[in-house]
Amino acid sequence: MKTMINVALPKGRLGEKVLDIFEKAGYTCPAIHEQNRKLIFENYETGVRYFWVKPSDVSIYVERGAADIGVAGKDILLEYAPDVYELYDLDIGKCRMAVAACKGFRDNTERTLRVATKFPNIAQTFYSKKGRDIDIIKLNGSIEIAPVLKMSDVIVDIVETGTTLKENDLEPIETIVPISARLISNKVSYKFKNREIRELEQKIEELCKNR
Amino acid sequence: MSKVIKFADEEAAVLELSRLYGHFGFKHFKMSKFEEYELYSQNKDFLLGSSVITFTDTNGSLMALKPDVTLSIVKGSNDNFDVPEKVYYSENVYRIDKGTHRFREITQLGLESIGDLDDYSVSEVIMLAKASLNAISDRNILDISSMAFILGLLDGIELSDRKKTRLIECIRTKNTLEMENCCKEYGIGFEVSNALKALTTIYGPFEKCVDELKAISLNEKTDAAAAELETVYGYLKLCGLDGGINLDFSIVNDLNYYNGVIFNGFVLGVPNVVLSGGRYDNLMRKFGKKSGAIGFAVYLSELSRMMRSGDEYDVDTLILYDKGDDLSAIAQHVKSVSEQGRSVRVQRTKGGLKCRTVLKIKGTEVEIIENHD
Repeated sequence: MKTMINVALPKGRLGEKVLDIFEKAGYTCPAIHEQNRKLIFENYETGVRYFWVKPSDVSIYVERGAADIGVAGKDILLEYAPDVYELYDLDIGKCRMAVAACKGFRDNTERTLRVATKFPNIAQTFYSKKGRDIDIIKLNGSIEIAPVLKMSDVIVDIVETGTTLKENDLEPIETIVPISARLISNKVSYKFKNREIRELEQKIEELCKNR
Repeated sequence: MSKVIKFADEEAAVLELSRLYGHFGFKHFKMSKFEEYELYSQNKDFLLGSSVITFTDTNGSLMALKPDVTLSIVKGSNDNFDVPEKVYYSENVYRIDKGTHRFREITQLGLESIGDLDDYSVSEVIMLAKASLNAISDRNILDISSMAFILGLLDGIELSDRKKTRLIECIRTKNTLEMENCCKEYGIGFEVSNALKALTTIYGPFEKCVDELKAISLNEKTDAAAAELETVYGYLKLCGLDGGINLDFSIVNDLNYYNGVIFNGFVLGVPNVVLSGGRYDNLMRKFGKKSGAIGFAVYLSELSRMMRSGDEYDVDTLILYDKGDDLSAIAQHVKSVSEQGRSVRVQRTKGGLKCRTVLKIKGTEVEIIENHD
């Protein structure tokens, strides 16, 4: 029997793009396109088992070995620092991690900077490099409201087009790091399913290069 | 899924592996439970910044519950060049669990070989590492690597510790792209950066990959490191233990402590490292000792999740009785069941137990209520 590779896909728009790349690389799975409520989809012919998980959980599934490989944003990898291999930059889902504030914001360096974010580790690392004292306000969504309501001075968040920021009268003031989707692998799976994972890595790399 | 781990529980593993180490003349080293806190505060990096549980002893000195055994052995080593120290230990250590961020007690089993190390003493320890993995599971892999090779490549290149750490991180995560960017940023020459990039991709059976490694060797130091790996592999081959030995540089350890061959062991079905070790002469130097040292530890707690006794029943036979039943009747039935070599539990109600057979005492007779044999 063919060795199955378990793939954790991030739910949502990025996941659809990723699935498209995987299928074009030969890892098709007709079952995943059927309309039903299943969560796990297999194709024994191509040797893949896909499952949809919350994007921020992909690295957990991979780190714990429930998934052999997965696709996660660099933001998640920086924030949670999972113990996984980062095999390839898929060059999709591109955006940047940035600091944003209300238009006309003046940074008062006399005071502790209040930072609202979903990514406390990234924010902490960024500001400790500058030696700036900050107060982190960890939020789980609608980060943009925080500075509008004067709960925070700035936000650290993902900026794709900047539209959401603009609509809330915010503007990006500094880029922390560019973000894109990465192919990651569980370290032990990489050893025991080496041939299969390397083959997949190569096929995807070729496909991405020729796009 | 078929049973992967050969041991039924942690105790069985400790027993079997201790026997293996004892067979090769390693002496059991029983340690004290506590250690002075100072030892850990001075060697924080070795513990990868992990916290320790501290308390004040009756004389006012700050003590710690051991988070690690190797440091204590190194500290206590008598650094005798002529007589090598070969010891193994099995101790409980206290570390923070990555998931829960709380302290957890784990059993650490390992061995250390300290002295004027040569090809044999290094190869012996790695042979024992592989033999340990074989004892744990038939489906195992021992990855070996060399810190000396990486250090050799960076020889003569001025880099800050932070930059070195970043390069090491790229090797650790097999991140070829990031490595390329780092090399460009740090102005590392073409030859070296090509070699560093190769280290992020080299992975596979030793015999196949060692040629790739030799192809990127740049100087005497890297040549010597590759030759050392070949010597070790040659010895494993002589012992008939060369199956499942892979070359893999992603298992890098701290440059400040490790300097020669390093290795990690994996078994199918366990998503983490189960065995880890290497040569750590640099740590010895930190303690002002001139001997070389190599050792490894087996992480039994990683395995225990996969260990199953295979028994779906709590007990073979459950005997139920009523209040007021004659004790002599109970005694007689317990005896006859025991004589069949079956485990027996006696109580008034069944509760949620899973039993092969359930018997109910009726006077001097028993009635069979359930039978799954």
